[in-house]
Amino acid sequence: MHLTVPVRPAYQQLAHWLDTVPKDVLDYRREEAEFIFRRIGITFAVYGEAASTERLIPFDIIPRILNRGEWQKLSRGLEQRVKALNMYLHDAYNKREVLRAGVIPEDLVFGNPVFRPEMNGQQVPHDIYVMIAGIDIVRVDPDNFYVLEDNARVPSGVSYMLENREIMLRLFPELFVDHPVAPVENYADDLLATLKSVAPVTSSGEPTVVLMTPGIYNSAYYEHSFLADKLGCELVEGRDMFVKGDMLYMRTTEGPKRVDVIYRRVDDDFIDPLAFRPDSMLGVPGLMSVYQAGNVTLANAVGTGIADDKAVYSYMPDIIKFYLGEEPILKNVETWRCREPDHLKYVLDNIEKLVVKEVHGSGGYGMLIGPAADKKTIENFAAKVKASPEGFIAQPTLALSTCPTFVEEGIAPRHVDLRPFVLTGRDKTRIVPGGLTRVALSKGSLVVNSSQGGGTKDTWVLDR
Amino acid sequence: MLSRTASNLYWLSRYVERAECLARILDATYRLSALPQGYGSQTNEWESAIATAGSAASFNENYKEANERNVTEWLAFSPENPASIRNCLEIARANARSVRTALTGQMWDAINSAWHELHRYDPKRITREEFTRFLNFVTEASVRFDGTSFRTMLRNDAYWFSRLGFLVERADATARILDVKYHVLLPREAQVGGPLDYFQWASILRSVSARTSYHWVYRDSVKPWLVADLLILNRQMPRSLASCYENINRYLDDLAQFYGRHGQAQRLARTTTSRLENGKMEDIFQSGLHEFITQFLIDNNRVGNAIGDQYLI
Repeated sequence: MHLTVPVRPAYQQLAHWLDTVPKDVLDYRREEAEFIFRRIGITFAVYGEAASTERLIPFDIIPRILNRGEWQKLSRGLEQRVKALNMYLHDAYNKREVLRAGVIPEDLVFGNPVFRPEMNGQQVPHDIYVMIAGIDIVRVDPDNFYVLEDNARVPSGVSYMLENREIMLRLFPELFVDHPVAPVENYADDLLATLKSVAPVTSSGEPTVVLMTPGIYNSAYYEHSFLADKLGCELVEGRDMFVKGDMLYMRTTEGPKRVDVIYRRVDDDFIDPLAFRPDSMLGVPGLMSVYQAGNVTLANAVGTGIADDKAVYSYMPDIIKFYLGEEPILKNVETWRCREPDHLKYVLDNIEKLVVKEVHGSGGYGMLIGPAADKKTIENFAAKVKASPEGFIAQPTLALSTCPTFVEEGIAPRHVDLRPFVLTGRDKTRIVPGGLTRVALSKGSLVVNSSQGGGTKDTWVLDR
Repeated sequence: MLSRTASNLYWLSRYVERAECLARILDATYRLSALPQGYGSQTNEWESAIATAGSAASFNENYKEANERNVTEWLAFSPENPASIRNCLEIARANARSVRTALTGQMWDAINSAWHELHRYDPKRITREEFTRFLNFVTEASVRFDGTSFRTMLRNDAYWFSRLGFLVERADATARILDVKYHVLLPREAQVGGPLDYFQWASILRSVSARTSYHWVYRDSVKPWLVADLLILNRQMPRSLASCYENINRYLDDLAQFYGRHGQAQRLARTTTSRLENGKMEDIFQSGLHEFITQFLIDNNRVGNAIGDQYLI
């Protein structure tokens, strides 16, 4: 197997190995990987696809590699960014200096459907709102990392980071002999330490941490059960818990047990039918009142959506400067906000060159990739943008970096992004070296989302 | 442990066991119905199978006649039958998914692989030979699940709830087989029953996979009262009511000790256990085999409900 294009220094050794390994060995190990994934049931659901409610995310056996220097810069940038996100959230729900200083427009906060007035003046333990962040990173050249998106609500994908590594260790033990790959398996311990560190001050003794899932039909259910298992905590659904006298309890075989910290993988809207959507069956009636009384910690906090939508994203460099007085280490992708008339004009004039996204969209749903779309699709999308410009932003199509990937025709370059996970606790910030690398498997495609046919890779940070 | 987790574990093993019982009943019914006229009984074996599975009422709503085709479809594959083998395995896997964290990797693998395998059988086009393989697959899936639980689970409440579900279901299944066939087991003058019933007795043994065990235990030809003894009172026989209750009682005691509290479930189970421990077949025949079994089904159901009330909600 020969690589057709030159590779970065971190890949030299791997490139040599790929040159010498016969293709049928790679074929065989790829099949074995798929077999193992199916066996252990790592699946995800694609919404709106009744027939195949459980699918495998394609796994690419060629790792994505970063060297120590690259990682150090990246992780400094991540820490800086998440710190600013937390300060911004605390400010936005309390003194609002960022609004008074005119750094971002008020209506992006107050007019935002995910702004939660219930959180106004509400104290959260140690002023930490985003304990678990997933920051989507892309590269366009050797020197610069760009943030594509912040995920400050319920970021998913970390189970793939962990399982992909397990699979690689099992399939290619020989590669780990030559490559000093920094381990990621301590993620669950880091997560548990983070969650315990933000327990309510009223909880006595060792805090009880649970992971709250919407249930087995949620697309990320596998990950929820996987993490609960690694954390050694109960995997609860709303119906397993109840509120009594300003405290939250779960129903156990030994009677009610108090819950102190909820790592919730349920969106704000669904956590409490009394406070938010009354038709939600997934939540716990009264949970918000316990939260407001300070007797339970939610991770992440309620209302973090005002920090990660695509319109607020465009202000992140200003937010970082405002709170930290530092230049952002990670760059933002140039973003046109359709809410501003001159930006809108530019977007409509150049729409065939741009990627246009819904401000509140996620998972690759509801976006237009200008260069890849036909005329009719572009016209329809432009009409939608004109009708409600505040709902859209646009970005240039980046020349995303590529990574060698094992596809039909052999090993070929494919576009990748990276989602590292940043854990913020009372004591410190923890980032395991690596993250989830997603890869667009079709030639030339820039969309890496699993719901759109993207795959994943193991991510190696070399300790050299 | 979450009550829902305990409940899922309990029902997971109940459904796996139920699938296996159905497979065995179907297998025994096939054998019996394959006998030439005159060897079998006067009754319709397919009707008995439906009665044993406890779904006569809903079957009759869906079908006109209890024949091989209809009963096989209903008990093995029908989506309309909530307790068809297919639905049992579907529910079992759904339960397993929602308690992934309480299962060992091998248990999950066993149930998940079974579920994938299940979907390889097309009920519309299945041949008789494939159906035999299907029944084998179901039995083996159950044995594998059971084996992995036994070999890999921690001996704590999760294990005990899983065992209890399995045992309550197993006791129920054995009692139902007895309930439907009790009339061929009654001791009577040889010429009344006659050798014709021999195949019925053999079939009962086969449906609880005790064809060989019987001979090892009694070293005798098949006699109806001994078949009844084997299935009701003999504690060597893992499917007997006595053996099931010996273990139900034991695991409920383990739970009571672990949680530091006895309850209704323990009391009810103890009563049923001692009735079986001290029971004699002559007395049971004397006071009525049918009545005994009917009462057992009620009692077993009560124990199941008491476990539910005490731990699972």
